[in-house]
Amino acid sequence: MMDSLTIAWKYIMYYKARTATLIACVTLIAVLPLALEVLLNESEQQLLSRADSTPLLLGSRGSALDLVMNSLYFDDETPGLISMSVVDEIDASGLAIPIPFYVSFQARGFPIVGTTLDYFDFRELRIAQGRQLALLGETVIGAEVAERLGLVPGDSLLSSPETMFDLAGVYPLKMKVVGVLARSYTADDLAVLVDIKTAWVVQGLVHGHEDVSQTEDDSVIIKRGEDNVVANAKLMQYTEITQDNIDSFHFHGSSADYPLTTVLLLPNDERTGTILRGRYLDASNPYQIVEPGDVIDGLLANIFRIKNVLDAVILVVGIATALALILVFALSLRLRQREIRTVFRIGGSRSTIARLLATEIAIILLASGLLCVVAMVVVDSYSNELVRSLFIG
Amino acid sequence: MIEIRSLKFGYPDTDFSLRIPDFHVGTQEKVAVIGPSGSGKTTLLNLVAGILVPEQGTVRCGGREVSALGDAARRDFRITRIGFVFQDFELLDYLNVLDNVLHPYRITRALKLTKEVHDRAGELLQQMGLGDKLTRGVERLSQGEKQRVAICRALLPSPQLVLADEATGNLDPRNKGHILDLLFDAVQAHESTLLAVTHDHELLPRFDRIVDFNDFLGADLA
Repeated sequence: MMDSLTIAWKYIMYYKARTATLIACVTLIAVLPLALEVLLNESEQQLLSRADSTPLLLGSRGSALDLVMNSLYFDDETPGLISMSVVDEIDASGLAIPIPFYVSFQARGFPIVGTTLDYFDFRELRIAQGRQLALLGETVIGAEVAERLGLVPGDSLLSSPETMFDLAGVYPLKMKVVGVLARSYTADDLAVLVDIKTAWVVQGLVHGHEDVSQTEDDSVIIKRGEDNVVANAKLMQYTEITQDNIDSFHFHGSSADYPLTTVLLLPNDERTGTILRGRYLDASNPYQIVEPGDVIDGLLANIFRIKNVLDAVILVVGIATALALILVFALSLRLRQREIRTVFRIGGSRSTIARLLATEIAIILLASGLLCVVAMVVVDSYSNELVRSLFIG
Repeated sequence: MIEIRSLKFGYPDTDFSLRIPDFHVGTQEKVAVIGPSGSGKTTLLNLVAGILVPEQGTVRCGGREVSALGDAARRDFRITRIGFVFQDFELLDYLNVLDNVLHPYRITRALKLTKEVHDRAGELLQQMGLGDKLTRGVERLSQGEKQRVAICRALLPSPQLVLADEATGNLDPRNKGHILDLLFDAVQAHESTLLAVTHDHELLPRFDRIVDFNDFLGADLA
């Protein structure tokens, strides 16, 4: 047996490239479905853990998946907007604590998440550096945002303009970074968290500008009435909120009509949750309440249906590759006829030749098996980060 | 050493037929076999070695009837009693010089690989002028060197009979004489019998006897 092993090893070492190719093929056939299984399990776990910890979401009627992905993972696919008045209604009902979300803008590629301080408590987000939000125009950024952009408390972060070439449009807001969140390995790591009112400032619904009644530049004024002054676009808008200009920021219209993307609902108990859900069941109601766990379950069911197709494809590819490998071995036997004849002529029996070939195949399979184990250990170690980068960004 | 009587052999699905009424080779005799291509010279060596089995007749070698032995016994007999030198050397590229010589010991149970055998292989290769190339891959050897390795492999078990099938057929003229000298010296030193197939008439005077296969053509078996 040792001699067979020695001879087979010498053969394999002599034909390194051929052997390496065979080992790579066998390893890939084994690793692909296993890695896919590990990654899907990890995806399921990560998606479900955040969804399951989120009781209910209220948003506009439409794609429940967009609603969940926007609220849980701050996906840039914005669902239909709802108004702030719904938060006041739910708050007044006493059935749940509403946490408003306005996720529609970005700052240097990261989503600006307008919400309230309740969200920090709900997700148990801890400030690692700096302090919590206190004033309009301030932001607390996720750990990954801070790392990638090299930001620390005291730095500034500019919101990305909505329409680059609309000179009369909303000006980017220079936000002050006051805190950096501790890493939570969730979508919050990649979020630029601001107060809901700051999100509206980013949109231009709340704004500040120089006092038109005090200005000495007449070219700014279109019309001066007894009660009001109408100014043109030349009027200087503030693009940063400071102690000096904060008092000039004001709402236009009723804040109850201001937009939100979703409202996260924390019902007092199961009963109040059911009552709330019942109120938004009617299809004619422009709003809907969804349970993120159910939505993600549906998404996963689709993913697993796709996985079944993938499994079938991998099976077919695996069978084809296995047949190709058998063909390679068979062709290699034909190519090795002279060598086999030599072994036979110098005294080797058919069983000796079979044993030598079997040992070579066993070494190739063993090497592939070891590589497969190493690959799976690597996949398993990085599956968490890999899935997070795929689903979170 | 070799006794063949009333031998008849043919390959399936061919017209080829070898008939040898009577053929003898004495102990320590050096016999050359000549004849036209396709007349059955190599087949004769394979029949003597027990690689092929005759349809009829007997092949006795060293007092044993090889043709009557079973597959395994014939193989063991060949490995332990007969050394075979081939025209195309039959060396394995993935083994070095020493491993090629020792290869029969690693693939059969009839031969035991001991330290003594290992040392003798080294000595044989040394005698053949390959002492400094024991670990060299055979693909890096010249044709003459390859045939010397093949001769060492054939002689290592100290066979009673050495069969050489066109052993110098792939060599240049300068190497032919040298390799034959080495083969003769080694056969002499091991007190072996030599039965060699050759097309090279220049080498014939060195043999004790020459058997012309033309004599067997159309022979009638008793």
